[in-house]
Amino acid sequence: MSAIVHLRSAVALIGRFPALAGVDLDVHAGEILLLRGPNGAGKTTLLGVCAGLIGLSTGEAVVLGEDLTKNRRAVRRRVGLLGHDSFLYQDLSVVENLDFWSRAAAATVADGRAALDRLGVASRLFELPVHSLSAGQRRRVSFAAMICRRPELWLLDEPHAGLDSAGRDLVDGLMSEAATSGATVLFASHELDRAEHVAHRSVTISGGVILDETPPSTETRAEL
Amino acid sequence: MSQPGGVLGDALLVARKDLLLERRAKIGIGQVLPFAILVLLLFAFALDPDRGILKLATPGLFWVTVLFSAVLTLQRSFALEAEDGILEALRLSGMSPAGIYLGKVTALTIELLLLEAVLVLGVAVLYDTKFLGIPLLFAIALLATLGIAGAGAVYGALAARLRSRETLLPLLLLPLLAPVLIAATRGCEVSLEREAMSGWPWAALLGIFALVYLTLGSFLFRPLLEDA
Repeated sequence: MSAIVHLRSAVALIGRFPALAGVDLDVHAGEILLLRGPNGAGKTTLLGVCAGLIGLSTGEAVVLGEDLTKNRRAVRRRVGLLGHDSFLYQDLSVVENLDFWSRAAAATVADGRAALDRLGVASRLFELPVHSLSAGQRRRVSFAAMICRRPELWLLDEPHAGLDSAGRDLVDGLMSEAATSGATVLFASHELDRAEHVAHRSVTISGGVILDETPPSTETRAEL
Repeated sequence: MSQPGGVLGDALLVARKDLLLERRAKIGIGQVLPFAILVLLLFAFALDPDRGILKLATPGLFWVTVLFSAVLTLQRSFALEAEDGILEALRLSGMSPAGIYLGKVTALTIELLLLEAVLVLGVAVLYDTKFLGIPLLFAIALLATLGIAGAGAVYGALAARLRSRETLLPLLLLPLLAPVLIAATRGCEVSLEREAMSGWPWAALLGIFALVYLTLGSFLFRPLLEDA
Protein backbone atom coordinates (compact mmCIF):
# COMPACT_ATOMS: atom_id res chain seq x y z
CA MET A 1 0.00 0.00 0.00
CA SER A 2 1.80 3.17 -1.19
CA ALA A 3 1.72 6.41 0.79
CA ILE A 4 0.07 9.20 -1.17
CA VAL A 5 0.94 11.68 1.57
CA HIS A 6 4.14 11.17 3.52
CA LEU A 7 5.16 13.79 6.06
CA ARG A 8 8.02 13.49 8.53
CA SER A 9 8.90 16.12 11.13
CA ALA A 10 7.13 18.63 8.92
CA VAL A 11 7.47 22.22 10.14
CA ALA A 12 5.64 25.03 8.35
CA LEU A 13 5.81 28.66 9.39
CA ILE A 14 3.09 31.24 8.84
CA GLY A 15 5.14 34.39 9.27
CA ARG A 16 7.20 33.38 12.30
CA PHE A 17 4.49 31.22 13.83
CA PRO A 18 5.01 27.46 13.52
CA ALA A 19 1.58 26.43 12.25
CA LEU A 20 2.95 22.91 11.84
CA ALA A 21 5.53 22.02 14.46
CA GLY A 22 6.77 18.57 13.45
CA VAL A 23 4.01 16.55 11.84
CA ASP A 24 4.45 12.86 11.01
CA LEU A 25 1.69 11.52 8.80
CA ASP A 26 1.11 8.85 6.16
CA VAL A 27 -2.06 8.66 4.10
CA HIS A 28 -2.51 5.76 1.71
CA ALA A 29 -4.15 5.43 -1.68
CA GLY A 30 -7.92 5.15 -1.54
CA GLU A 31 -8.03 6.25 2.10
CA ILE A 32 -10.35 8.85 3.63
CA LEU A 33 -8.57 10.55 6.51
CA LEU A 34 -10.31 12.92 8.91
CA LEU A 35 -8.27 15.70 10.50
CA ARG A 36 -9.73 16.66 13.86
CA GLY A 37 -8.65 19.49 16.09
CA PRO A 38 -9.54 22.87 17.54
CA ASN A 39 -9.42 26.14 15.62
CA GLY A 40 -5.84 27.17 14.91
CA ALA A 41 -4.54 23.62 15.35
CA GLY A 42 -2.86 23.57 11.95
CA LYS A 43 -5.43 21.62 9.90
CA THR A 44 -5.73 24.22 7.13
CA THR A 45 -1.94 24.63 7.01
CA LEU A 46 -1.53 20.87 6.70
CA LEU A 47 -3.93 20.85 3.74
CA GLY A 48 -2.05 23.79 2.21
CA VAL A 49 1.26 21.94 2.55
CA CYS A 50 -0.21 18.85 0.85
CA ALA A 51 -1.53 21.07 -1.97
CA GLY A 52 1.94 22.50 -2.54
CA LEU A 53 0.80 25.98 -1.60
CA ILE A 54 2.73 26.29 1.66
CA GLY A 55 6.38 25.37 1.86
CA LEU A 56 8.05 23.49 4.69
CA SER A 57 10.77 25.12 6.75
CA THR A 58 12.18 21.74 7.74
CA GLY A 59 11.15 18.13 7.45
CA GLU A 60 10.06 15.84 4.63
CA ALA A 61 6.96 16.04 2.47
CA VAL A 62 6.28 13.65 -0.39
CA VAL A 63 2.81 13.93 -1.95
CA LEU A 64 1.71 11.79 -4.91
CA GLY A 65 5.32 10.79 -5.32
CA GLU A 66 6.55 14.38 -5.61
CA ASP A 67 9.10 15.70 -3.14
CA LEU A 68 7.57 19.02 -2.11
CA THR A 69 10.78 20.24 -0.51
CA LYS A 70 12.29 20.27 -4.02
CA ASN A 71 9.34 21.30 -6.16
CA ARG A 72 6.00 22.30 -4.64
CA ARG A 73 4.44 23.16 -8.01
CA ALA A 74 4.70 19.64 -9.40
CA VAL A 75 1.80 18.35 -7.35
CA ARG A 76 -0.66 21.20 -7.74
CA ARG A 77 -2.51 20.11 -10.85
CA ARG A 78 -3.04 16.65 -9.37
CA VAL A 79 -4.74 17.80 -6.17
CA GLY A 80 -8.11 19.40 -5.56
CA LEU A 81 -8.46 21.85 -2.69
CA LEU A 82 -11.75 23.00 -1.22
CA GLY A 83 -10.93 25.79 1.19
CA HIS A 84 -12.78 28.38 3.24
CA ASP A 85 -12.71 30.71 0.23
CA SER A 86 -14.93 29.99 -2.73
CA PHE A 87 -12.14 30.17 -5.36
CA LEU A 88 -14.78 31.68 -7.67
CA TYR A 89 -15.05 35.01 -9.50
CA GLN A 90 -18.05 36.68 -7.91
CA ASP A 91 -19.05 38.68 -11.00
CA LEU A 92 -18.94 35.73 -13.38
CA SER A 93 -21.84 33.35 -13.73
CA VAL A 94 -21.78 29.77 -12.48
CA VAL A 95 -21.03 28.31 -15.93
CA GLU A 96 -18.50 31.01 -16.78
CA ASN A 97 -16.61 30.12 -13.60
CA LEU A 98 -16.79 26.40 -14.30
CA ASP A 99 -15.73 26.88 -17.92
CA PHE A 100 -12.72 28.95 -16.85
CA TRP A 101 -11.54 26.70 -14.03
CA SER A 102 -12.06 23.48 -15.98
CA ARG A 103 -10.09 24.82 -18.95
CA ALA A 104 -7.41 26.21 -16.63
CA ALA A 105 -6.95 22.71 -15.24
CA ALA A 106 -6.80 21.17 -18.73
CA ALA A 107 -10.24 19.60 -18.28
CA THR A 108 -13.06 20.16 -20.74
CA VAL A 109 -16.11 22.38 -20.52
CA ALA A 110 -18.18 19.19 -20.55
CA ASP A 111 -16.33 18.05 -17.40
CA GLY A 112 -17.41 21.28 -15.73
CA ARG A 113 -21.07 20.85 -16.69
CA ALA A 114 -21.02 17.22 -15.56
CA ALA A 115 -19.57 18.31 -12.21
CA LEU A 116 -22.34 20.87 -11.76
CA ASP A 117 -24.92 18.16 -12.46
CA ARG A 118 -23.20 15.82 -10.04
CA LEU A 119 -23.31 18.46 -7.31
CA GLY A 120 -27.00 19.02 -7.92
CA VAL A 121 -26.64 22.64 -9.03
CA ALA A 122 -29.95 23.48 -10.69
CA SER A 123 -29.65 24.58 -14.32
CA ARG A 124 -31.72 27.71 -13.56
CA LEU A 125 -28.72 28.94 -11.53
CA PHE A 126 -26.19 28.44 -14.34
CA GLU A 127 -26.38 31.97 -15.74
CA LEU A 128 -26.54 33.75 -12.38
CA PRO A 129 -23.47 35.61 -11.10
CA VAL A 130 -21.87 33.76 -8.22
CA HIS A 131 -22.34 36.72 -5.85
CA SER A 132 -26.09 36.27 -6.08
CA LEU A 133 -26.00 32.63 -4.91
CA SER A 134 -26.62 31.47 -1.36
CA ALA A 135 -23.65 30.23 0.68
CA GLY A 136 -24.71 26.62 0.17
CA GLN A 137 -25.11 27.03 -3.57
CA ARG A 138 -21.69 28.69 -3.79
CA ARG A 139 -20.21 25.79 -1.85
CA ARG A 140 -21.68 23.33 -4.32
CA VAL A 141 -20.27 25.31 -7.26
CA SER A 142 -16.84 25.43 -5.58
CA PHE A 143 -17.02 21.68 -5.07
CA ALA A 144 -17.95 21.23 -8.73
CA ALA A 145 -14.98 23.37 -9.80
CA MET A 146 -12.77 21.13 -7.71
CA ILE A 147 -14.01 17.74 -8.90
CA CYS A 148 -13.99 18.68 -12.59
CA ARG A 149 -10.19 18.64 -12.30
CA ARG A 150 -10.41 14.89 -11.49
CA PRO A 151 -7.89 15.23 -8.65
CA GLU A 152 -5.96 12.26 -7.35
CA LEU A 153 -5.84 13.78 -3.87
CA TRP A 154 -8.84 15.60 -2.42
CA LEU A 155 -8.02 18.17 0.25
CA LEU A 156 -11.20 19.42 1.87
CA ASP A 157 -11.41 22.06 4.58
CA GLU A 158 -14.78 21.86 6.30
CA PRO A 159 -16.50 20.38 3.25
CA HIS A 160 -19.92 20.29 4.95
CA ALA A 161 -19.89 23.96 5.94
CA GLY A 162 -22.84 25.94 4.63
CA LEU A 163 -24.57 22.92 3.09
CA ASP A 164 -28.05 21.64 3.85
CA SER A 165 -28.66 18.05 4.90
CA ALA A 166 -28.99 16.78 1.33
CA GLY A 167 -25.81 18.60 0.37
CA ARG A 168 -23.92 17.06 3.27
CA ASP A 169 -25.08 13.59 2.29
CA LEU A 170 -24.00 14.34 -1.26
CA VAL A 171 -20.53 15.39 -0.12
CA ASP A 172 -20.18 12.22 1.97
CA GLY A 173 -21.20 10.18 -1.05
CA LEU A 174 -18.69 11.97 -3.28
CA MET A 175 -15.86 11.35 -0.83
CA SER A 176 -16.72 7.66 -0.64
CA GLU A 177 -16.98 7.40 -4.43
CA ALA A 178 -13.63 9.16 -4.84
CA ALA A 179 -11.94 6.75 -2.46
CA THR A 180 -13.55 3.76 -4.16
CA SER A 181 -12.27 4.94 -7.52
CA GLY A 182 -8.71 5.20 -6.17
CA ALA A 183 -8.45 8.83 -5.14
CA THR A 184 -7.34 9.75 -1.64
CA VAL A 185 -9.28 12.12 0.59
CA LEU A 186 -7.89 14.22 3.41
CA PHE A 187 -10.47 16.41 5.10
CA ALA A 188 -10.77 18.63 8.14
CA SER A 189 -14.05 18.87 9.95
CA HIS A 190 -15.59 19.89 13.23
CA GLU A 191 -18.74 17.88 12.52
CA LEU A 192 -17.35 14.75 14.05
CA ASP A 193 -20.49 12.60 14.08
CA ARG A 194 -20.90 12.88 10.34
CA ALA A 195 -17.18 13.01 9.53
CA GLU A 196 -16.22 9.94 11.56
CA HIS A 197 -18.93 7.99 9.79
CA VAL A 198 -17.43 8.61 6.35
CA ALA A 199 -13.73 8.56 7.33
CA HIS A 200 -11.64 5.40 7.30
CA ARG A 201 -9.29 6.81 9.89
CA SER A 202 -8.87 10.01 11.85
CA VAL A 203 -6.04 11.93 13.44
CA THR A 204 -6.18 14.70 15.99
CA ILE A 205 -3.96 17.69 15.42
CA SER A 206 -3.35 20.39 18.00
CA GLY A 207 -0.65 22.99 18.38
CA GLY A 208 0.77 22.00 15.02
CA VAL A 209 1.47 18.36 15.92
CA ILE A 210 -0.44 15.09 15.57
CA LEU A 211 -1.63 14.13 19.03
CA ASP A 212 -3.30 10.79 18.43
CA GLU A 213 -4.60 8.58 15.71
CA THR A 214 -7.72 6.48 15.54
CA PRO A 215 -6.87 3.32 13.63
CA PRO A 216 -9.12 2.14 10.83
CA SER A 217 -11.94 -0.19 11.77
CA THR A 218 -11.79 -3.83 10.70
CA GLU A 219 -14.38 -3.05 8.06
CA THR A 220 -12.35 -0.14 6.72
CA ARG A 221 -9.14 -2.13 6.77
CA ALA A 222 -10.83 -4.74 4.61
CA GLU A 223 -11.93 -2.00 2.17
CA LEU A 224 -8.41 -0.63 1.93
CA MET B 1 3.70 22.79 -15.42
CA SER B 2 1.52 24.21 -18.13
CA GLN B 3 -1.67 23.10 -19.81
CA PRO B 4 -1.83 21.65 -23.33
CA GLY B 5 -2.50 25.11 -24.80
CA GLY B 6 0.85 26.25 -23.37
CA VAL B 7 1.68 29.82 -22.48
CA LEU B 8 -0.36 31.22 -25.36
CA GLY B 9 -3.40 29.09 -24.51
CA ASP B 10 -3.22 30.18 -20.86
CA ALA B 11 -2.83 33.82 -21.91
CA LEU B 12 -5.90 33.69 -24.14
CA LEU B 13 -7.93 31.98 -21.42
CA VAL B 14 -7.00 34.61 -18.82
CA ALA B 15 -7.49 37.51 -21.24
CA ARG B 16 -10.94 36.24 -22.21
CA LYS B 17 -11.87 35.83 -18.55
CA ASP B 18 -10.67 39.34 -17.64
CA LEU B 19 -12.60 40.90 -20.53
CA LEU B 20 -15.68 38.92 -19.53
CA LEU B 21 -15.31 40.20 -15.96
CA GLU B 22 -15.12 43.75 -17.29
CA ARG B 23 -18.21 43.18 -19.42
CA ARG B 24 -20.10 41.91 -16.38
CA ALA B 25 -18.92 44.47 -13.81
CA LYS B 26 -18.64 47.45 -16.20
CA ILE B 27 -16.06 49.16 -13.99
CA GLY B 28 -14.24 50.56 -17.01
CA ILE B 29 -17.31 52.16 -18.54
CA GLY B 30 -18.99 53.04 -15.26
CA GLN B 31 -16.05 54.39 -13.28
CA VAL B 32 -12.72 54.64 -15.11
CA LEU B 33 -14.03 56.31 -18.25
CA PRO B 34 -16.04 59.01 -16.40
CA PHE B 35 -12.97 59.63 -14.23
CA ALA B 36 -10.74 60.04 -17.29
CA ILE B 37 -13.17 62.43 -19.00
CA LEU B 38 -13.47 64.40 -15.77
CA VAL B 39 -9.68 64.78 -15.61
CA LEU B 40 -9.63 66.03 -19.23
CA LEU B 41 -12.36 68.52 -18.36
CA LEU B 42 -10.52 69.75 -15.28
CA PHE B 43 -7.37 70.30 -17.33
CA ALA B 44 -9.48 72.28 -19.81
CA PHE B 45 -10.87 74.43 -16.99
CA ALA B 46 -7.45 74.93 -15.41
CA LEU B 47 -5.65 75.78 -18.68
CA ASP B 48 -7.92 78.12 -20.59
CA PRO B 49 -8.20 76.90 -24.23
CA ASP B 50 -8.08 80.51 -25.48
CA ARG B 51 -4.55 81.00 -24.15
CA GLY B 52 -3.06 78.26 -26.35
CA ILE B 53 -1.37 76.54 -23.42
CA LEU B 54 -3.88 73.70 -23.55
CA LYS B 55 -3.13 73.00 -27.18
CA LEU B 56 0.61 72.87 -26.50
CA ALA B 57 0.16 70.62 -23.48
CA THR B 58 -2.43 68.30 -25.03
CA PRO B 59 -0.16 65.24 -25.57
CA GLY B 60 1.17 65.39 -22.00
CA LEU B 61 -2.27 65.91 -20.49
CA PHE B 62 -3.63 63.03 -22.57
CA TRP B 63 -0.96 60.58 -21.36
CA VAL B 64 -1.14 61.73 -17.74
CA THR B 65 -4.87 61.05 -17.90
CA VAL B 66 -4.21 57.63 -19.41
CA LEU B 67 -1.69 56.83 -16.65
CA PHE B 68 -4.09 57.79 -13.85
CA SER B 69 -6.84 55.76 -15.50
CA ALA B 70 -4.46 52.82 -15.95
CA VAL B 71 -3.73 52.79 -12.22
CA LEU B 72 -7.46 52.51 -11.49
CA THR B 73 -7.87 49.74 -14.06
CA LEU B 74 -4.90 47.83 -12.67
CA GLN B 75 -6.12 48.10 -9.11
CA ARG B 76 -9.48 46.69 -10.10
CA SER B 77 -7.93 43.90 -12.19
CA PHE B 78 -5.70 42.64 -9.39
CA ALA B 79 -8.16 43.25 -6.56
CA LEU B 80 -10.38 40.65 -8.25
CA GLU B 81 -7.55 38.13 -8.18
CA ALA B 82 -6.92 38.77 -4.49
CA GLU B 83 -10.54 38.03 -3.50
CA ASP B 84 -11.98 34.67 -2.48
CA GLY B 85 -8.72 32.76 -2.70
CA ILE B 86 -8.45 33.27 -6.45
CA LEU B 87 -4.65 33.65 -6.32
CA GLU B 88 -4.41 30.27 -4.60
CA ALA B 89 -6.74 28.77 -7.18
CA LEU B 90 -4.61 30.19 -9.99
CA ARG B 91 -1.51 28.66 -8.43
CA LEU B 92 -3.29 25.31 -8.11
CA SER B 93 -4.62 25.43 -11.65
CA GLY B 94 -1.29 24.53 -13.17
CA MET B 95 -1.48 27.40 -15.63
CA SER B 96 1.84 28.90 -16.62
CA PRO B 97 2.57 32.09 -14.62
CA ALA B 98 3.90 33.69 -17.81
CA GLY B 99 0.60 32.80 -19.50
CA ILE B 100 -1.40 34.36 -16.67
CA TYR B 101 0.79 37.48 -16.86
CA LEU B 102 0.48 37.83 -20.63
CA GLY B 103 -3.27 37.22 -20.42
CA LYS B 104 -3.68 40.02 -17.92
CA VAL B 105 -1.47 42.30 -20.00
CA THR B 106 -3.55 41.53 -23.10
CA ALA B 107 -6.84 42.31 -21.36
CA LEU B 108 -5.43 45.49 -19.78
CA THR B 109 -4.06 46.63 -23.15
CA ILE B 110 -7.43 46.12 -24.88
CA GLU B 111 -9.30 47.95 -22.10
CA LEU B 112 -6.84 50.85 -22.09
CA LEU B 113 -6.80 51.15 -25.90
CA LEU B 114 -10.59 51.42 -25.90
CA LEU B 115 -10.36 54.06 -23.20
CA GLU B 116 -7.74 55.95 -25.19
CA ALA B 117 -9.93 55.87 -28.29
CA VAL B 118 -12.68 57.63 -26.35
CA LEU B 119 -10.17 60.05 -24.82
CA VAL B 120 -8.84 60.95 -28.29
CA LEU B 121 -12.36 61.98 -29.22
CA GLY B 122 -12.59 63.90 -25.96
CA VAL B 123 -9.35 65.72 -26.69
CA ALA B 124 -10.53 66.55 -30.21
CA VAL B 125 -13.74 68.08 -28.88
CA LEU B 126 -12.54 69.69 -25.66
CA TYR B 127 -9.06 70.84 -26.71
CA ASP B 128 -9.78 71.44 -30.41
CA THR B 129 -6.92 69.15 -31.42
CA LYS B 130 -6.24 68.26 -35.07
CA PHE B 131 -4.82 64.81 -35.65
CA LEU B 132 -2.03 64.32 -38.18
CA GLY B 133 -0.01 61.16 -38.70
CA ILE B 134 -2.70 58.69 -37.66
CA PRO B 135 -0.51 55.56 -38.19
CA LEU B 136 2.17 57.03 -35.92
CA LEU B 137 -0.41 57.98 -33.33
CA PHE B 138 -1.83 54.46 -33.39
CA ALA B 139 1.63 52.88 -33.11
CA ILE B 140 2.53 55.12 -30.18
CA ALA B 141 -0.75 54.38 -28.43
CA LEU B 142 -0.34 50.61 -28.89
CA LEU B 143 3.31 50.46 -27.79
CA ALA B 144 2.92 52.87 -24.88
CA THR B 145 -0.16 50.96 -23.69
CA LEU B 146 1.73 47.66 -23.90
CA GLY B 147 4.48 49.20 -21.77
CA ILE B 148 1.98 50.55 -19.23
CA ALA B 149 0.13 47.22 -19.04
CA GLY B 150 3.38 45.22 -18.96
CA ALA B 151 4.87 47.15 -16.04
CA GLY B 152 1.48 47.62 -14.40
CA ALA B 153 0.70 43.92 -14.30
CA VAL B 154 3.95 43.22 -12.44
CA TYR B 155 3.32 45.91 -9.86
CA GLY B 156 -0.38 45.04 -9.68
CA ALA B 157 0.55 41.49 -8.69
CA LEU B 158 3.11 42.78 -6.22
CA ALA B 159 0.65 45.17 -4.57
CA ALA B 160 -2.32 42.76 -4.67
CA ARG B 161 -1.32 41.05 -1.43
CA LEU B 162 -0.74 44.30 0.46
CA ARG B 163 -3.35 46.01 2.57
CA SER B 164 -2.19 49.43 1.40
CA ARG B 165 -2.31 48.53 -2.30
CA GLU B 166 -4.53 51.48 -3.28
CA THR B 167 -1.86 53.99 -2.27
CA LEU B 168 1.21 51.86 -2.88
CA LEU B 169 0.49 50.91 -6.50
CA PRO B 170 0.66 54.47 -7.91
CA LEU B 171 3.75 55.22 -5.79
CA LEU B 172 5.54 52.20 -7.22
CA LEU B 173 4.24 52.35 -10.75
CA LEU B 174 4.21 55.98 -11.81
CA PRO B 175 7.98 56.59 -11.44
CA LEU B 176 8.66 53.43 -13.45
CA LEU B 177 6.37 54.66 -16.22
CA ALA B 178 7.94 58.11 -16.44
CA PRO B 179 10.07 57.08 -19.48
CA VAL B 180 6.93 55.79 -21.23
CA LEU B 181 5.12 59.03 -20.43
CA ILE B 182 7.97 61.11 -21.85
CA ALA B 183 8.38 59.06 -25.04
CA ALA B 184 4.62 58.82 -25.66
CA THR B 185 4.18 62.55 -25.09
CA ARG B 186 7.03 63.49 -27.45
CA GLY B 187 5.84 61.04 -30.08
CA CYS B 188 2.31 62.43 -29.88
CA GLU B 189 3.59 66.01 -30.09
CA VAL B 190 5.24 65.09 -33.35
CA SER B 191 2.23 63.28 -34.73
CA LEU B 192 -0.09 66.14 -33.82
CA GLU B 193 1.96 69.12 -34.83
CA ARG B 194 4.77 68.32 -37.23
CA GLU B 195 6.16 65.96 -39.84
CA ALA B 196 4.79 62.57 -38.91
CA MET B 197 7.83 60.55 -39.98
CA SER B 198 10.11 62.16 -37.40
CA GLY B 199 8.05 60.66 -34.60
CA TRP B 200 8.95 57.06 -35.41
CA PRO B 201 12.11 57.01 -33.26
CA TRP B 202 9.86 57.72 -30.26
CA ALA B 203 7.65 54.82 -31.29
CA ALA B 204 10.74 52.60 -31.54
CA LEU B 205 11.80 53.67 -28.05
CA LEU B 206 8.34 52.82 -26.72
CA GLY B 207 8.65 49.42 -28.42
CA ILE B 208 11.90 48.80 -26.57
CA PHE B 209 10.34 49.81 -23.24
CA ALA B 210 7.40 47.49 -23.92
CA LEU B 211 9.68 44.60 -24.85
CA VAL B 212 11.80 45.06 -21.73
CA TYR B 213 8.78 45.29 -19.42
CA LEU B 214 7.05 42.30 -21.01
CA THR B 215 10.17 40.13 -20.92
CA LEU B 216 10.95 41.00 -17.30
CA GLY B 217 7.29 40.60 -16.35
CA SER B 218 7.08 37.13 -17.87
CA PHE B 219 9.96 35.98 -15.70
CA LEU B 220 9.06 37.93 -12.55
CA PHE B 221 5.42 36.90 -12.43
CA ARG B 222 6.14 33.38 -11.16
CA PRO B 223 7.85 34.50 -7.91
CA LEU B 224 5.25 37.25 -7.52
CA LEU B 225 2.42 34.73 -7.85
CA GLU B 226 4.15 32.38 -5.40
CA ASP B 227 4.59 35.12 -2.80
CA ALA B 228 1.11 36.55 -3.21
